[in-house]
Amino acid sequence: MPIVTDHLTLVYGEKTNLKTIALNDVSVKIDDGQFIGLIGHTGSGKTTFLQLISGLIKPKEGTVYLDGEDIFDRNFDTRVLRSKVGIVFQYPEHQLFEETVFKDVCFGPSNLGLEKKEVELRAYEALKMVGLDDNAFYQSPFDLSGGQKRRVAIAGVLAMKPKVMILDEPTAGLDPAGRKEILGLISKLQKEQNITIILVSHSMEDVAEYVERIIVINKGKIALDGTPKEVFGHSEELKSFGLALPQVTDAMIRLKNQGINVSTDVITINEAVQELSRVLR
Amino acid sequence: MFKDVTLGQYYQGDSLIHRMDPRVKLVGTVVYMVSLFLFSNYYCYALSAIFLLVVIILTKIPIIYMLRGLKAVLFLMVFTVVCNLFFTPGEPIFKFWILKLTMEGIQSAIYLMIRLTLLIVSASIMTLTTTPNQLTDGIEKLFKPLAIIKLPVHEIAMMMSIALRFIPILMEETDKIMKAQTARGARFDSKNIIVKIKCMIPILVPLFVSAFRRASDLALAMEARCYHGGDGRTKMKPLKYAGRDIAAYIIMFGYLGIIIALGLLRVFGIY
Repeated sequence: MPIVTDHLTLVYGEKTNLKTIALNDVSVKIDDGQFIGLIGHTGSGKTTFLQLISGLIKPKEGTVYLDGEDIFDRNFDTRVLRSKVGIVFQYPEHQLFEETVFKDVCFGPSNLGLEKKEVELRAYEALKMVGLDDNAFYQSPFDLSGGQKRRVAIAGVLAMKPKVMILDEPTAGLDPAGRKEILGLISKLQKEQNITIILVSHSMEDVAEYVERIIVINKGKIALDGTPKEVFGHSEELKSFGLALPQVTDAMIRLKNQGINVSTDVITINEAVQELSRVLR
Repeated sequence: MFKDVTLGQYYQGDSLIHRMDPRVKLVGTVVYMVSLFLFSNYYCYALSAIFLLVVIILTKIPIIYMLRGLKAVLFLMVFTVVCNLFFTPGEPIFKFWILKLTMEGIQSAIYLMIRLTLLIVSASIMTLTTTPNQLTDGIEKLFKPLAIIKLPVHEIAMMMSIALRFIPILMEETDKIMKAQTARGARFDSKNIIVKIKCMIPILVPLFVSAFRRASDLALAMEARCYHGGDGRTKMKPLKYAGRDIAAYIIMFGYLGIIIALGLLRVFGIY
């Protein structure tokens, strides 16, 4: 299910005095089963990009191809798009509305026009996948804790069995344990079900640890695109975009500046431990 | 979906009208509205239209932008105009079923259309050039004398400013929730009215939940900053009349005087 964007451009408030180019001529290819990290400063156009590739807003110019088909074409069935591309927005728990957790998770698949049995099966599977207790299934979603609500919201998208899953800062506002859980879950999904994941995050540590490819957006354009090591190698450029390096990479660069001969292409804590023990031996 | 509604929105700018004291604009809008309803006479309307046009030019806001505000009330306008056309008593010139078109009807429909257009444009000039905060500040100061009769002026102004402040937030929230539910396969384009109402539930429930959450957060934040109502509260930027505001008052009442004179002359049949 590769996604190809072709010269995507989107402008907000075109005829007013508040005109902003949110996305400017973005062409990119996202392959099956990739785990992609999307990073960029606030207002760089990340969310716009996500909404475009999930077909929620229409571009001014350019288009998006899903499996070679133009998703903005008049004849394209949006139901197919919804069943293939799932998006989890920031603070997804704010979209919960049903009386029970289970019913809420059923909302997505039942909109796909599936049979009741299939819908319930999928909802059950999805709730199991996100690791929610059985006795929480028939509670009101509003009675759950913040982390649980978020898992329910993610299950609501998972139950639609998307091939591509887009997550906009899924760990915002969660405690460290909650962050780890959510990211672990996402990583598991990508490995076990071969789902393509596009993850927006402001935490460079998370990005460095989990993703295999990083796309950096700056001022509506793709500024950098490559493996985490490649991207974090451009430390000066990242700083000029208002982004930071993972803390360990930053520490390594400082050590090197102090005259200690360490390699600076270290991006995770494990790598840092290895590198330091090599140097200190 | 709310992009096109310009009625009640602020348009960033730095014109003479933008800088004017909000009280002047409030009183001015009321005076202007009164002037529209004093007389039904084309000379008066022409003068009012010219006056409004001058003000629009002074605001430096594109006229198109202002006329877009009319779109929001188009239905109301068409409805009242049609009602006036067919239900005004008088000599019928055209009859169909219970509907009859009269000369008087046409006359009053035209009057009404002119009045409504000028009314709405003038009201949108005020909101386009005044931030909600300035507006409530102005209202609070204008109605201060009513505190003597135990009217909670400050509290009303505070409620207004909070309500106004929350409109864009809730709109944004609605947009976000709609997108989230669309991504989960909800369809809002159904023609069936029952399906349409059912579609509102996944939007309205989260919207209400978030409105209550925001309200309680705000109440808490206000209490944490020792807010306890209007008594003894001072302003960071107190409203003060400048020379241009006094000049504006003079022009405004001069305009009202001319309208009254023009109308009375007509009533007494001088021209």
